[in-house]
Amino acid sequence: MSEGPGYTAQELMVAVASREIRDGDLVFVGMRLPILAYAVARNAHAPTARGLFEVGLMRDQPASGFLGTMGDPPNVAGALWATRMSNVMALMAQGLVDLGFIGGAEVDRFGNLNTSYVGDPARPKVKLPGSGGGADIAILSRRWVTLMAHERRRLVEKASFVTSPGYGDGTPGWRKRNGLLGGGPVAIITTLAVLRFPEGGGEAYLASVHAGHTADEVLANTGWDLKVAGDVGETPAPTDAELASIRRFDPGGFWTRG
Amino acid sequence: MAQAIERFVPDGATVALGVALEPLIPFAAGHEMIRRHRRDLELVGPISDALFDQLIGAGCVRRVTAAWAGNVSEGLGHCYRRACEQGVPRPLEVHDHSNFSVSLALWAAAWNVPTLPTRTLLGSDILRTNPDLSADGGLVNVAAVRPDVAIVHVQRADGLGRAHAWGPLGISEEAGLAADRVVVTCEELVDAGVTLSDPNRILFPETKVVAVVHEPGGAHPSPVQGCFKRDHPFYRDYARRSRSAEGFEEWLGEWVHGVADRASYLKKVDLEAVRIKQHRPSAPANFADE
Repeated sequence: MSEGPGYTAQELMVAVASREIRDGDLVFVGMRLPILAYAVARNAHAPTARGLFEVGLMRDQPASGFLGTMGDPPNVAGALWATRMSNVMALMAQGLVDLGFIGGAEVDRFGNLNTSYVGDPARPKVKLPGSGGGADIAILSRRWVTLMAHERRRLVEKASFVTSPGYGDGTPGWRKRNGLLGGGPVAIITTLAVLRFPEGGGEAYLASVHAGHTADEVLANTGWDLKVAGDVGETPAPTDAELASIRRFDPGGFWTRG
Repeated sequence: MAQAIERFVPDGATVALGVALEPLIPFAAGHEMIRRHRRDLELVGPISDALFDQLIGAGCVRRVTAAWAGNVSEGLGHCYRRACEQGVPRPLEVHDHSNFSVSLALWAAAWNVPTLPTRTLLGSDILRTNPDLSADGGLVNVAAVRPDVAIVHVQRADGLGRAHAWGPLGISEEAGLAADRVVVTCEELVDAGVTLSDPNRILFPETKVVAVVHEPGGAHPSPVQGCFKRDHPFYRDYARRSRSAEGFEEWLGEWVHGVADRASYLKKVDLEAVRIKQHRPSAPANFADE
């Protein structure tokens, strides 16, 4: 638990992530905190959003029981569609997925994510689990968001391996030149702050700092010379309604009070 | 089960497993491969929730062709890490995919074409490390992956190979069509009258299915819609104990080598804690023809 504010960093991250979901969005939900973010958004400002899961599911209402994975039985009961993965990917390949969430071990200033290898892939220092659907979301969804712990070893100058591309080398038009269908990352939500990208992509900047932390602390824990927005402020705290929602869908605190 | 694995999963085989993603993972079949000391297997799947990690740690695997390998609720696969980082218990070759591209690799094999083009993976370094992927003219070509055998756990099947599964299917259908053979393990062995009452729900052509194994609880700790929830504490315990090679050996001794078969394994598990007790049946479909 973080001291003071009455919510954990993970609960704040879920609340921030939920606000990225717009009403009517088709959301590629993914795993862990985004599952909660989807539930929070549906119960608040995005009552007509729909969620897609690569296991082969579409839902409107969030699952009524706790989900350890997207394939858990409560996520299937009451689904709008239970199908094969390639059907879900078809929607994303057509550019019909508005927003995706991706977890990452390493992200760089241009939003490129590494979930594959730290060090030489032939003899890695750390073998990470891999893409899953991450690369597909990064390339094909209209916009995407990543969530991670804010540490220097995770927010790095240059991702040692690009599993899921953001804005590549950061030059204007990199995604279009390389044939990437979707628009790219819009936010990096961390345990300390929210980083955003300029319209049209490019380099991440510090947009807001979570309560109890400072911009200096964020900069000290970021592996590149992070640009700071002129109007950087405090990340809006989770509302009581958001917290109630989060605690309803993660009653034991498995994801948010670990 | 022992017969099916002995006969259809020889050393060196390419085996598709866990193709419905988190649900319906054929853990019982995987554990039988470990007990039979299978070697040099190539494992094919989308994400593997701990089963790939266990087979890798037991030294059964030469290559992994997958989008993700780890423990979905707990994170990293510790045996996968040891194999890739230290060559323990043996070096491992990895053909990285995304979920979409591993599906396409199987569809390519299913349709008997060398490659299928896609827009995914453009700009990803996965293109550089996996020789089965190449970019050309703004598209990525995904080479066919043809498993020798796909092993799939389902809710029910008849003795002639008609398998019914429900819930999300992941890449089950393309895995079954791409594979030379399919081995089905099932919660319930039913009469053909049950399976044929709903031919839309039959997963594979019966001509692909070479064995049906009645193995209730054969997917534990993974979930089976209508039968069992996911056993989260079991995954957590595995993640904790597999952190060291010694801890993994101890886990393997307890849960795989220390039990003769799945029935003995299930005696050690609190199945009632994860059993689904409610009924939520679908409405019947009328297949009448006149």
